[in-house]
Amino acid sequence: MLEKASHDSLFRPLEKGRLKKEEIRRPSVSQAKESFRRVLKNKLAVTGAVILLFILFFAIFGPKMVPYSYSDQSLASGNLAPDGKHWFGTDDLGRDMWARTWYGARISLTIGVAAALIDLVIGLLVGGISGYMAGRGKLGDRIDNGLMRIVEILYSIPYLLVVILLLVVMKPGLWTIVIALSITGWVSMARVVRGQILQIKQQEFVAAAQKLGTPHGTIILKHLFPNMLGIIIVNLTFTIPNAIFAEAFLSFIGLGVQAPIASWGTMANDALGVILSGQWWRLFFPGFLISLTMFAFNVFGDGLQDALDPHQVKD
Amino acid sequence: MKFILKRLLTMLLTIWVITTLTFVIMHTIPGDPFSSDSDVLPEEVLNNMRAKFNLDKPLPVQYVLYLKNLASFDLGPSIESETRSVNTLIAEGLPVSALLGFQALVIAIVSGLLLGIIASLFHNRTIDYAAMTIAILGISVPSFILAPLLIKFFAVQWGMLPVASWGTWKHTILPSVALAAGPLAIIARFTRSSMLEVLKQNYMKTADAKGLGAAGIVIKHGIRNAIIPVVSFMGPLVAHLLTGTFVIEKIFAIPGLGKYFVDSIFNRDYPVILGTTIFFSVILIVTLFLIDLSYRLIDPRIKLSSRGD
Amino acid sequence: MAQLLEVEQLKVSFRSHGGEVQAVRGVSFDIGHGEVLAVVGESGCGKSVTAQAIMKLLPKRGCNIKEGSIHFEGKDLLKMSGKEMKQLKGSQISMVFQDPMTSLNPTMKIGTQISEGIIKHKGLDKTQAKAKALELLKLAGIPNPESRYNQYPHELSGGMRQRVLIAIALACDPKLLIADEPTTALDVTIQAQILDLMKDLQHKFGTSIMLITHDLGVVAEMAQKVIVMYAGIVVESGTVADILERPKHPYTIGLLNSLPNYEDGEKERLIPIEGTPPDLYDPPTGCPFAARCEYAMEICVEELPKAFTVNDGHYSRCWLNDPRAPQVAEFAAAGRDES
Repeated sequence: MLEKASHDSLFRPLEKGRLKKEEIRRPSVSQAKESFRRVLKNKLAVTGAVILLFILFFAIFGPKMVPYSYSDQSLASGNLAPDGKHWFGTDDLGRDMWARTWYGARISLTIGVAAALIDLVIGLLVGGISGYMAGRGKLGDRIDNGLMRIVEILYSIPYLLVVILLLVVMKPGLWTIVIALSITGWVSMARVVRGQILQIKQQEFVAAAQKLGTPHGTIILKHLFPNMLGIIIVNLTFTIPNAIFAEAFLSFIGLGVQAPIASWGTMANDALGVILSGQWWRLFFPGFLISLTMFAFNVFGDGLQDALDPHQVKD
Repeated sequence: MKFILKRLLTMLLTIWVITTLTFVIMHTIPGDPFSSDSDVLPEEVLNNMRAKFNLDKPLPVQYVLYLKNLASFDLGPSIESETRSVNTLIAEGLPVSALLGFQALVIAIVSGLLLGIIASLFHNRTIDYAAMTIAILGISVPSFILAPLLIKFFAVQWGMLPVASWGTWKHTILPSVALAAGPLAIIARFTRSSMLEVLKQNYMKTADAKGLGAAGIVIKHGIRNAIIPVVSFMGPLVAHLLTGTFVIEKIFAIPGLGKYFVDSIFNRDYPVILGTTIFFSVILIVTLFLIDLSYRLIDPRIKLSSRGD
Repeated sequence: MAQLLEVEQLKVSFRSHGGEVQAVRGVSFDIGHGEVLAVVGESGCGKSVTAQAIMKLLPKRGCNIKEGSIHFEGKDLLKMSGKEMKQLKGSQISMVFQDPMTSLNPTMKIGTQISEGIIKHKGLDKTQAKAKALELLKLAGIPNPESRYNQYPHELSGGMRQRVLIAIALACDPKLLIADEPTTALDVTIQAQILDLMKDLQHKFGTSIMLITHDLGVVAEMAQKVIVMYAGIVVESGTVADILERPKHPYTIGLLNSLPNYEDGEKERLIPIEGTPPDLYDPPTGCPFAARCEYAMEICVEELPKAFTVNDGHYSRCWLNDPRAPQVAEFAAAGRDES
């Protein structure tokens, strides 16, 4: 409570403009900054990103850290447990597991990223055309329907079965796997992109831009694309590990990269026979790294998804 | 029931596309299954074999013959094992794989839903974090890593369960768990986010205002609405389970369809690859159809006559 | 006899990432038996939070009822156990929500949604509950209750859904009905129907109603008492006549001026209240309305006004009611009585 004397003098009109009529006292932040802050705040997402960088670093420099190559055989030093010389031990042919594991990381990451990027490009094209043409006259609808019918049929064909079939008849190798994975892999990306475009198209700002006569290209670049970026990035963080997983799976059932090239899946497959005889390192290192990679991509993707969702209530 | 008819037609079309595709892919390979035997067997025998498997006829004829046989549910003979046809292989392997898949599906659905619902009710608390850690681990650790670990600890180290092969119910536990882990984790995560969404809905407040109590609200009003999006996710999950059996049956040496399939890939036994692929595809497509039907039963907003999207 | 509901100095705040948002900052009011109290204010002023605090519908985490008491028939709801509250909710006190489109469970037949509360509170079996539910549907003005009973919410229009929600709320003959903007989401013609229905049912059963609205027209039609809320506090309270004819707060006057006057027949310019309410993340120390008030004085910025008694039962939290304040024409025009 104020003093009585000073109180009385306060009953005079307030100077104009001393108080703002619309005052926002909360610190305001832009969407991008806010997203970035949320990604950083999301401890799991940061953990995931750090782990991925760590794996990437060793995939690039790991094989060069030891004086052995991934394919150097030395039957005399076969099946050695990890020690100062062979950090991850050796396999039955005496190949250094450290070199093989990180070389395998290169293969797995290359396949994952390459397949995901091809999926992305095809998915963006097909989904984008389909979504953009939908509702644009008879021809537009026909294009959309046609593309979606193809997508629908491809979607109902079991993905891995097709990949297995292709690999059975194609020459085995890294790029064969990438191609086989992308032949049906783009379908889900196309569906996501189309759905997203249809949703954004319904929003007022796109309608407004169209009414104002903004050219198609500008609408796509300025309105559709930025609004889809988030969901595309998030989708990538899930398609990359899926491709890595698929490669490991294929290698495991004997359709992966051919010896002496190593991938995590082939290494796990090789280790299957010896795990019970106590050579734990044969399964542990590739198994642990593949799990760690999947974990990192998943938590990173989750964190990104939460952070990029503008509808998410701040908490 | 126009919807069901339309769907059945699409299913037939898809199966035909798959069959054709599979057939074409299989026959683009240079040579035939017997070319590798040409140095050990006399030419005459090989030609007899080719004639037996219709390989001497022109491709279109082979295709028509295959479709004809397929229409009478005859998937043809196996090249590798002369006494057994693909049909017998499927008849032998299917019960084993079906039991394994069914057990895994039940484990995955029941525990996945439970884990997801519990996590959502304790949102951002220790229980939630614990449940989601389990779920992320389940997604991250591939079944071909998890299965050897399970064998190593539960079978070898602690001797609680048999190591491998197939026989008693005890033999089915480890493979079922290893197969269920991935789908379980996916269901748990999906249920959690779906349930969190439902808990925010206005109708949950209406239910709360009726004085139903926390348990009543969640059970009567929450779960059904939360399950709807999870059901739509079941298709990919069944596919996941199916391909999962390839790995699991191989590791546990289970005489199921998946193992036959992987073996046939190794042996390049084309009729078996062709036959089992088609069989798997049909199973998946029919399952997708059934899931779609049940989805429409659970969600009254979707009429059977109209399309979902 | 004591009032049915007595709310005393209620304070509610929410935790948010920047700090604490004080949504309700010391609200007091009461509702007598068979009385209709209107709670008026812009969106975000704390009306709905107050209502949900009474029903204990606020989220348990992140939301904090810091102070105050809510007495219903003499018992403090805030001190009640979950079990006692469960028995009270839906039977003694019930609620109709703002948005009929999303307030019904989309996967449950509407009949089941009505009867589940009856089974719970009245101990009736399914057939008895169904009979009661059909009766309620009829009472709520829904044609063909028999066939509607087995329909799902998406098969009903918005107005019909709101009637169902009213039927649900009245299922166990509550003593107090809280209606949170029951007509806001509906078409104008449907709004009138729903209001008529509520008025009808109120007369029939003598239910007390806490009617939350930002529509002063609705207030005039239904309520006996009014409280006007702004930025989490009650700025003016009184009878309908006090508030609508002799308002003593610039915010209330502003609300009245922004209302179209249909009865006069002549075209009148609507005067909007400029600006927006303050952010309750860091509420101003003085009068929260000062920034938008054309009569604002230095004192308004310095100190939150107390509730001045205009006359018995009519209170205004505005420094203009202080004898030291300059005379304001608007107050006189609205009938400043003492002078």
